[in-house]
Amino acid sequence: MFEDLRDLYQEVIFDHNRNPRNFRVMDNANRQVEGFNPLCGDRLTLFLKIDDHVISDASFQGSGCAISTASVSLMTEIVKGKTEAEADTLFKQFHEMTTGKTEDINLEAIGKLAVLAGVREYPARVKCATLAWHTLDAALKNEAQSISTE
Amino acid sequence: MSIFPVEQIRADFPILGETIRNKPLVYLDNAASCQKPQAVIDSIVHTYSHEYANIHRGVHTLSVRATDKFEGAREKVRAFINATNTKEIIFVRGATEAINLVAQSYGKSQLQAGDEIVISAMEHHANIVPWQMLCQQIGAVLRVAPMNQQGELLFGAFEQLLNDKTKLVAITQMSNALGTINPVEKIIAAAHAKGIPVLLDGAQAIPHMAVDVQALDCDFYVFSGHKLYGPSGTGVLYGKQALLEAMPPYQGGGDMIRQVTFAKTEYAGLPHKFEAGTPAIAEIIGLGAAIDYVTAIGMDNIAAYEAELLDYATQQAEQIKGLNIIGQAAHKGGILSFTLDRIHPHDIGTMLDSLGIAIRAGHHCAMPVMDFYGVPATARASFAMYNTRQEIDVLMQGIKSLIEVFG
Repeated sequence: MFEDLRDLYQEVIFDHNRNPRNFRVMDNANRQVEGFNPLCGDRLTLFLKIDDHVISDASFQGSGCAISTASVSLMTEIVKGKTEAEADTLFKQFHEMTTGKTEDINLEAIGKLAVLAGVREYPARVKCATLAWHTLDAALKNEAQSISTE
Repeated sequence: MSIFPVEQIRADFPILGETIRNKPLVYLDNAASCQKPQAVIDSIVHTYSHEYANIHRGVHTLSVRATDKFEGAREKVRAFINATNTKEIIFVRGATEAINLVAQSYGKSQLQAGDEIVISAMEHHANIVPWQMLCQQIGAVLRVAPMNQQGELLFGAFEQLLNDKTKLVAITQMSNALGTINPVEKIIAAAHAKGIPVLLDGAQAIPHMAVDVQALDCDFYVFSGHKLYGPSGTGVLYGKQALLEAMPPYQGGGDMIRQVTFAKTEYAGLPHKFEAGTPAIAEIIGLGAAIDYVTAIGMDNIAAYEAELLDYATQQAEQIKGLNIIGQAAHKGGILSFTLDRIHPHDIGTMLDSLGIAIRAGHHCAMPVMDFYGVPATARASFAMYNTRQEIDVLMQGIKSLIEVFG
């Protein structure tokens, strides 16, 4: 019945929505940033533990739609073990992929995140996918306690 | 009542023939904005093709024609809400601007530090923020009358808020997020018993029920044209003449003056005192056409038909496991706000859109209502006179299917 939506709602997204990974409060986090999308009310708190410029742990709390939950769940998985610089590169690649600025995506580098490429066709939903990454960007810059998509 | 001519009405709305993602459009976002009948579209085309010029200025024929049509629309609005005379009908951009006008003109001139304004827990941001801004400017205090879990105003608690310091009650006639229709007659009687004027936010109510401002005895009534099948950019502020006379202008400019020198300006009389600048001429004439259209169908007939639609939709929705209706007031207009267990409203919105069904997903400009129910957002299907039981069936089937897909 929802054939048109297969590119947007892939099975991986349903899976991460049902069972979000790293969904917990992190007591020994040394970065904690809140992300908020005032348009839809989605809120998340991102926790990072960064040692010697390496993200040794990442987790989150909050509630959102399937796209935003899957996006933050996937993100916490993929950034674990990455250096801050590598995570920043991923942020830029992800941003370009979801806002459709480039067709030339390095699928190998972006890995599983490619399942979110479908939001490009749904301008109303792009922010659902990018909220997690803007929150990560703020956490990496260590500049804000709370960020908003607006 | 004879059978409601819904198919005939549908045929008057060209957009209802659109296909969305290769499916017939099922438009259930009427609480956000209604679609326009051919008569309104034709009116705008006719104005720009034959009768357009600026109003209230020219001696030339076209200006006179445009002015006659524009003032004719004012008379249509007056008759539609049964105001005493056309001086009480102020054209603005929408209900939002009308409330801001009352807050800045009436509020700033009549209220003082420590005075209180009473609103309700179910207000749209447009009936919250202008009062908060006024309170900040003059040191007045905003009081909020609570509601119960069904989304009904707690009338006793409302009455208790009214005291010597209360200088205005501003309340919605029908909640856009919940569908609740408030007991405005009782509210107005209670406020007037203490000498407190009442502003009714009719933005949501106006397309769904007959409104008689004299029978209601409200002091201000505001609504938007685009929710009454008319053009966007049109709105109406009704105010009792004595109140409007005493209020200072809201904006300065052309059309609102009698005489201007650099030393002093003498303002125009009502209603022009509040209509600075060139208004949305063709659109307001189009609003007049929308009023003609709904009047011909009959507001009571529309209300009866929509009540049947809401009953049917509610019965169907109650049978879906995992669907929670948000807002279950005993007296409700055609709004079905709901959440689904474990499925976010935005996902509901996108999935239904792929079936050609337009609903709203979000906070509906009523964030305090969302906080009250402890949800970030709801999905909202809102009905108009051109919706059908078949469309509600399509909606319910879509909801059942997406619940299955999410698993």
